[in-house]
Amino acid sequence: MGVYSRPVMFAILSAVVILVGTMVTMFVPLMLPSTQPVSEYVKPYTAVELEGRDIYIREGCNNCHTQTVRPLVTEVARYGEYSKPEEFAYDRPFLWGSRRTGPDLNRVGGKYPDSWHYQHLYDPRSMFAKSNMPAYGWLARRPLDTSYTFKKVSVLGYGYGEDEVRKQIDDYRSKVTSPDYLAKTVRDRITPPELRGQLTEMDALVAYLQKLGRDVKRLARGSHTGGVAEASGLVRNPYEGDKKAIEEGKGLFKKYCAVCHGEDASGEIGPNLRDSKWKYGGTDADIYQSISKGRPGGMPNWDVKLGKERIWKIVSFIRSIGEK
Amino acid sequence: MEERGYEYNVVKGFAYSALFWLIIGLLVGLWIAAEMFLPQLNLTPWLAFGRLRVVHTNGLAFGFTLAAIFSCTYYILQRLTRTPLALPKLARFHLWLFNAAIALAALSLFAGMNTSKEYAELEWPLDLVVVVMWVIFAINVFATLIKRRERQMYISLWYIIAMTVTVAVLYIVNNLEVPANLFKSYSAYAGANDANVQWWYGHNAVGFVFTVPILAMFYYFLPKSTNLPIYSHRLSIIAFWSLIFGYLWTGAHHLMLTPLPEWIQTVAIAFSIFLIAPSWGSVINGYYTMRGNWDQMRTNYLVKFFIFGITFYGLQTIQGPTQGLRTLTAFFHYTDWVVGHVHMGTMGWVTMIISASFYYMIPRIMNRELYSIKMANLHFWLILVGQLLYTVTLWIAGIQQGAMWKATNPDGSLTYSFLEVVAAMYPYWKIRFLGGVVYFVGIVVFIYNLLMTVRSPLAEQPKPEPSKA
Repeated sequence: MGVYSRPVMFAILSAVVILVGTMVTMFVPLMLPSTQPVSEYVKPYTAVELEGRDIYIREGCNNCHTQTVRPLVTEVARYGEYSKPEEFAYDRPFLWGSRRTGPDLNRVGGKYPDSWHYQHLYDPRSMFAKSNMPAYGWLARRPLDTSYTFKKVSVLGYGYGEDEVRKQIDDYRSKVTSPDYLAKTVRDRITPPELRGQLTEMDALVAYLQKLGRDVKRLARGSHTGGVAEASGLVRNPYEGDKKAIEEGKGLFKKYCAVCHGEDASGEIGPNLRDSKWKYGGTDADIYQSISKGRPGGMPNWDVKLGKERIWKIVSFIRSIGEK
Repeated sequence: MEERGYEYNVVKGFAYSALFWLIIGLLVGLWIAAEMFLPQLNLTPWLAFGRLRVVHTNGLAFGFTLAAIFSCTYYILQRLTRTPLALPKLARFHLWLFNAAIALAALSLFAGMNTSKEYAELEWPLDLVVVVMWVIFAINVFATLIKRRERQMYISLWYIIAMTVTVAVLYIVNNLEVPANLFKSYSAYAGANDANVQWWYGHNAVGFVFTVPILAMFYYFLPKSTNLPIYSHRLSIIAFWSLIFGYLWTGAHHLMLTPLPEWIQTVAIAFSIFLIAPSWGSVINGYYTMRGNWDQMRTNYLVKFFIFGITFYGLQTIQGPTQGLRTLTAFFHYTDWVVGHVHMGTMGWVTMIISASFYYMIPRIMNRELYSIKMANLHFWLILVGQLLYTVTLWIAGIQQGAMWKATNPDGSLTYSFLEVVAAMYPYWKIRFLGGVVYFVGIVVFIYNLLMTVRSPLAEQPKPEPSKA
């Protein structure tokens, strides 16, 4: 056997042998545009979102969070629509991850309001006592460094000019520092006074998280944007006035809803549910619809997660505590 | 004896480096294992899990394992070619550069400079250093092979050549990136392509760092330790070529049910199943080598390490392809099961073979007797029990985790919130930490035993070497 006494030949032969599989499964797909399609519906990251993404990478968030929802029934129920290849056209590097110590984040954008993210990143256990996520409050104490932002978007070829990058940064700063910013209370609480007028690393990370999956959600209208309850007069709560159901609903509310609406439902990140003000209607059917399909601005849809029965029980509980 | 001129200082230097990075990597591992159930341990940004996990994986895969590979390669290479290292000064520079690179790698990862691509996290300036270091290593390997005085190249040398060539290709292709500044770069590939290139790399980093060179050690040190020839030369030829051919097709089994084109996933499954054959070729070769001499399991302390090591390799190479099947990956992927799987390979197979190789090699190059065989046995049992406690716990945890994620009520809604599943994992994570502690104690015994060996007086007579290679 000649090759076993010829090291250089042996090396060349080894290289040929390893390159066969490499060519077929790696190089050929790389040359095919269909491997990573580009869609006009999926937009590149803005300058601030990109900085947030870089912080996500720097802190190694991908070690615990995946960003790809697989086409499996329970996974779609838990996270939302399964991931499509065109969503990742601007992802360099990809961040699909390999381990779910924390939940998947590919559909987290728009699921919760900004205030949810500020509070959760600042102190995860203040919202979920059993969470093992590290606290990232220190990100709110670091101003965002934008000195390389234009260089970065140029390398990535997002096609923004220098002025546009500056405008995106200024616009986002105006948004989060405005007195009308919906997350102002939480942001002010966790941001030191001297940085409240500037962009922090926390602001950029929240911007990035809110971008994840947003383009796909915009396409799939109706699945998450809520709307009026269909034929609300005809839909009846099967547990109306049922004491046992109200008690069960109370437990479910504590487990799933209290984190945003408060233990006593008087509102924190989400609105007060005890008063008589209902933005989307206050009949049982309206409340059911709000819980089931979600509402814009950060009310997630609970339809597939909780199922009809449990949602009706929560509705019964909410009705039982409301001002008469 | 042709001891004269053999370059053993660099073998020693890499062995010490391996042990040093082993301790560091394991300590970081223990810390992040504790963070899983004690999140308060995320004390500072650089002690947070997201940064530390990368220090752990890089420190052990590259600091410990690569150093051990370099050490054993430089030893095996000289013995099997019956030729001193062609460029000893270059090898000493290699040792120095290697440790500088690993130290800088650890510091930069602590500081959050990382590309996020698993096992290829180093930023571009360090990538360049790694490439230079690998080229230096390759030059020495081939220069020595060309000068060799033993015509035929033994099995271990095939595996060393395959590693030298393949790691270079993998590392360079996966790390192609465009710098934005000195500390930040972006991958040359986007989305699904980046994922495919990454796992082509990631899986083969396992193949050509955690498998191929460890097999080189196994094929060399098992016969040397037992004075038994390898059972079948033909089997080792078939196993070698089919292993290095099959490995490169399988990366996408890490990306099952993702947006990567389905045909790449299917091809990966097929070749993963195929890989059981060459993997078990080496397992069977190992077992049959011991045929009729199984009493050495009792009488020769080294044999336990080799046989248990190759057994974990055998289990690993069945578990891997199985959990890659579509139905099973849907259940197991992203759970702790996979963490258990990886650690059987690293804590079982890789570390056991490296341990035995060091026990064989270090007393010989130092011209000393091993300090304590009893202690080596204690080391064996501690790392075995620690590893099993660790892996079996995580397999059970993974099954429960997967089942809870998938559990549904009769109306199709989800039974458990994500957080309920996290809460259910805490007992397992505590037991896993305990397994890690037992394992760590075993490693401390190992290192103490080697240090005492080195510090013991010189042996009266040079250790006899069987004449054949």
